[in-house]
Amino acid sequence: MAVLTFNEVTCKGCRLCVEACPKKILDLDTSRVNAKGYNPVLCRDIDTCTACAVCARVCPDSVIKVEKGAEE
Amino acid sequence: MATKVIYEKSRGLKDNPLTYCPGCSHGTIHKLVAESLVELDVLERTIAVAPVGCSVLAYNYFNCDGIQAAHGRAPAVATGIKRVCPDKIVFAYQGDGDLASIGTAEIIHAAHRGENFTVIFVNNAIYGMTGGQMAPTTLINQKTTTSPYGRFEETTGKPLLVSEMLATIPGAAYIERVSVHDHAHILKAKRAIKKAFKYQVEGKGFCMVEVLAACPIGWNVSPVDSMKFVRDQMMPYYPLGVYKDKEGVQ
Repeated sequence: MAVLTFNEVTCKGCRLCVEACPKKILDLDTSRVNAKGYNPVLCRDIDTCTACAVCARVCPDSVIKVEKGAEE
Repeated sequence: MATKVIYEKSRGLKDNPLTYCPGCSHGTIHKLVAESLVELDVLERTIAVAPVGCSVLAYNYFNCDGIQAAHGRAPAVATGIKRVCPDKIVFAYQGDGDLASIGTAEIIHAAHRGENFTVIFVNNAIYGMTGGQMAPTTLINQKTTTSPYGRFEETTGKPLLVSEMLATIPGAAYIERVSVHDHAHILKAKRAIKKAFKYQVEGKGFCMVEVLAACPIGWNVSPVDSMKFVRDQMMPYYPLGVYKDKEGVQ
């Protein structure tokens, strides 16, 4: 099971992670703005996430922390 | 449930939020440098030399000591630091307006002397901080605020190929051009940057990694489209690859 933690205050809504995600489960949350005035990123379907960390590596602002649950 | 961290912000970067524009490649390149320094276990003895340009505040972001040099003079300052403190790991972080324009003499002679430090050269084909003016690296027909009809080859020449130029200098130990426009190329760029620092640790001499980078705001395109511009417009003119490796293993 994957866990994504977004450091929302540093997100600039550039969409690079949204485009890079192989599962296409990231999107910008257009219902909110952060302190910088950008729509922050959110994950629409965390159950599909494989914790590949592509989103985190392409993020210029190191917004995303990726964790994976230990195997049973 | 116990979890394993797959990726988190490198401890080579401070907690300060980056002041770069949305989608700017500087953030990505900062991460790669920071991760390389941590993985080589040299972060505590590293000194960064920041340029003039968007990354003028780089010392606020790297979790190591730093100094800021006059425009284009980062290789000269890095030379001084490295000669006085040869046990320190020194790197100059420069943009194309800084390194390829006003600092051309400094970078060429630093390479010529074979100074044992690392240069991270961020080539985004424009002057970003001052408002998107034409740089020596601006592509032919690329529109900027000082070339509103596109860059004319007849009056301004072709874009300067810095990696190719420095590779002809005997003193240079390692010259490679990489890109950070997608995930696969980010991983390759990381390997190149880490290698450039590893060579410095081993005392092999002057190393430079040229990174093709995006400036979405300066180019007046979205961050996603800017990465496509790097891939489709910049990479054909600026071929990626190793231009010099003293080890000769490739």
